[in-house]
Amino acid sequence: MTNQTILQIEGLHVSFQTYNGEVKAVRGVDLHLDKGETLAIVGESGSGKSVTAQSIVRLIPSPPGVIKSGTIRFGERDLTQVPDQEMYKIRGSEIGMIFQDPMTSLNPTMTVGRQITEGLQWHHDFGKGEALQKAVEMLRLVGIPNPERRIHQYPHQYSGGMRQRAMIAIALACNPKILIADEPTTALDVTIQAQILDLMKELQQKMETAIILITHDLGVVAEMAQRVAVMYGGKVVETGRVDDIFHRSRHPYTWGLMDSMPRLDQKREDDLIPIPGSPPDLLDPPRGCPFADRCPHAMYICHEEMPAWTEVSDSHQVSCWLEHPDAPAADRDEPAARVNIR
Amino acid sequence: MARYIGQRLILLLVTLWLISTVTFVLMHSIPGDPFSSEKKLPEQTLRALEAKYNLDKPLPQQYVLYMKNLATGDLGISIKTPSRSVNEILSAGFPVSARLGLQAIVIASFAGVIMGMIAAIRQNRPTDYILMVVAVLGLSVPNFVLGPLMQKYLGLEWEIFPIASWGDGFGSEFQYTVLPSIALSFLPLALVTRLMRSSMLDVLGQDYIRTARAKGLPPLKVFSRHTLRNAIIPVVTILGPITINILTGSFVIEKIFSIPGIGKYFVDSISNRDYSVIMGVTIFYSALLVMMNFVVDLLYGLIDPRIKLGAKEGN
Repeated sequence: MTNQTILQIEGLHVSFQTYNGEVKAVRGVDLHLDKGETLAIVGESGSGKSVTAQSIVRLIPSPPGVIKSGTIRFGERDLTQVPDQEMYKIRGSEIGMIFQDPMTSLNPTMTVGRQITEGLQWHHDFGKGEALQKAVEMLRLVGIPNPERRIHQYPHQYSGGMRQRAMIAIALACNPKILIADEPTTALDVTIQAQILDLMKELQQKMETAIILITHDLGVVAEMAQRVAVMYGGKVVETGRVDDIFHRSRHPYTWGLMDSMPRLDQKREDDLIPIPGSPPDLLDPPRGCPFADRCPHAMYICHEEMPAWTEVSDSHQVSCWLEHPDAPAADRDEPAARVNIR
Repeated sequence: MARYIGQRLILLLVTLWLISTVTFVLMHSIPGDPFSSEKKLPEQTLRALEAKYNLDKPLPQQYVLYMKNLATGDLGISIKTPSRSVNEILSAGFPVSARLGLQAIVIASFAGVIMGMIAAIRQNRPTDYILMVVAVLGLSVPNFVLGPLMQKYLGLEWEIFPIASWGDGFGSEFQYTVLPSIALSFLPLALVTRLMRSSMLDVLGQDYIRTARAKGLPPLKVFSRHTLRNAIIPVVTILGPITINILTGSFVIEKIFSIPGIGKYFVDSISNRDYSVIMGVTIFYSALLVMMNFVVDLLYGLIDPRIKLGAKEGN
């Protein structure tokens, strides 16, 4: 943990109690976030990326969700242990959040201004006028024209992109150190997506906020992030700098993700290559690597035991049996015959 | 807004005119007349009576005459109790019925909202189950069963409340009003409780509640600012139908608790073919109901800013 690190997650386990049993959504996640950087968490639906992010501020619905074990260090504090009262003070003021669907994330019966000021008034002892002034300022900052008038309007008078801007204004109003953005552009038009991403980048530089960006869109990752954590089946399987992941990835799941993304230089006749199969059942997660069942390079050991972390470089770690000295060299484009390591 | 209210008021008059016309036609198509059920009256007396109440004229003419009087606010004289005008009957009976109905509406809406909230917060826990059993009882036990049961236990056995009768008009002593108000409110209370519970659960699962929590607001603030107001909207919309329910329910309750409200006249006048009372009471209740629906619509717009009353489409 360098002195640049502001958030350090270690051994996080999160489960949901359901009628069918315990769904182990997050199974031992280690992550860290440095000051002012953007960390992207990528992975398909059900990989545990949203649950990981919401656990940081304990926003997982509870019950049924429970943080089973692990620590989340934020400054001096362990966020899994702080009392509720303290958590209310941290949420919104030190860690802000924006969500996927701006159409449903704003309260329809409250003016946008009120939704910004109520956080300000709760965290700082702002008077009404002062808070309103700050809210106007925030709306202007996120690029909403005519903020003095707009502030008194209701969410249904805003377009989708403007609502996401308003969400960003709410999340950043108290100048948080960390912004957790849970698929912030998934529900938006492509043109609006680009605007929102640009806005986030611009504000990040202005306010020196660190961003945890949850997405399954690798285009967004390339645009925004410095570092990437690839999640699968409730675990992080590979982490590295953006170029490590895009150009030197070592994990077959990351390869699969890359291959299933359309590219501009791709010939139109070439099909995208999807990853066959479906993610593991987290009610009864596999003993070994969660990706083994779908992995073209899987060996017997992959089904038996979770691989340890391999340091590919200072910035790049991967958790895969192919890194084992005895493993055969895997060709990314040419799945090897199944080899046995014992 | 003023324009909208004006339009609604005009529509309201049209509705009332339609209701009174339909009632007039239906009423006169029931076989028999106010004097047919009693022992044979001498031919001459009958003539004289019919002449007095304009019943000897052709129906269209009677209709025109009635409408003329109605326009001046005169509802005519009761045929069965000629000493009283319908206006007098209404002004004596209505304050009583109004007190009873208002108390029942207040109980149903406040207690219902609170019980529904508690049930939702304690979802799938014993409190929730108990409240839902009470609600199902409220929906399935008719108030003419509940009323006498309360009279027997709360009135006769434990002597907490008087079992029947009524004090003086609208300002009746509270003790007389307790049992009938509760009996009358039981069904709407159950309706409101169930609606509030499901509406709360729906709102609690909404994304904007998560947003409010992400701002750091403590649970009580999230609840009072974000959950309650949104959850109560559907409850406001059924206040109209609930008023209807309470008004029609009050006929039975007034009978059981011998309360001198309008309910008695409503039932008796029909079996007596007391034409002017039938018309008077029907028009009076209809006016009350359309007004109530109008008020509910106004309230709805007040609570939910997405509803702009009278706004033109695409505005």
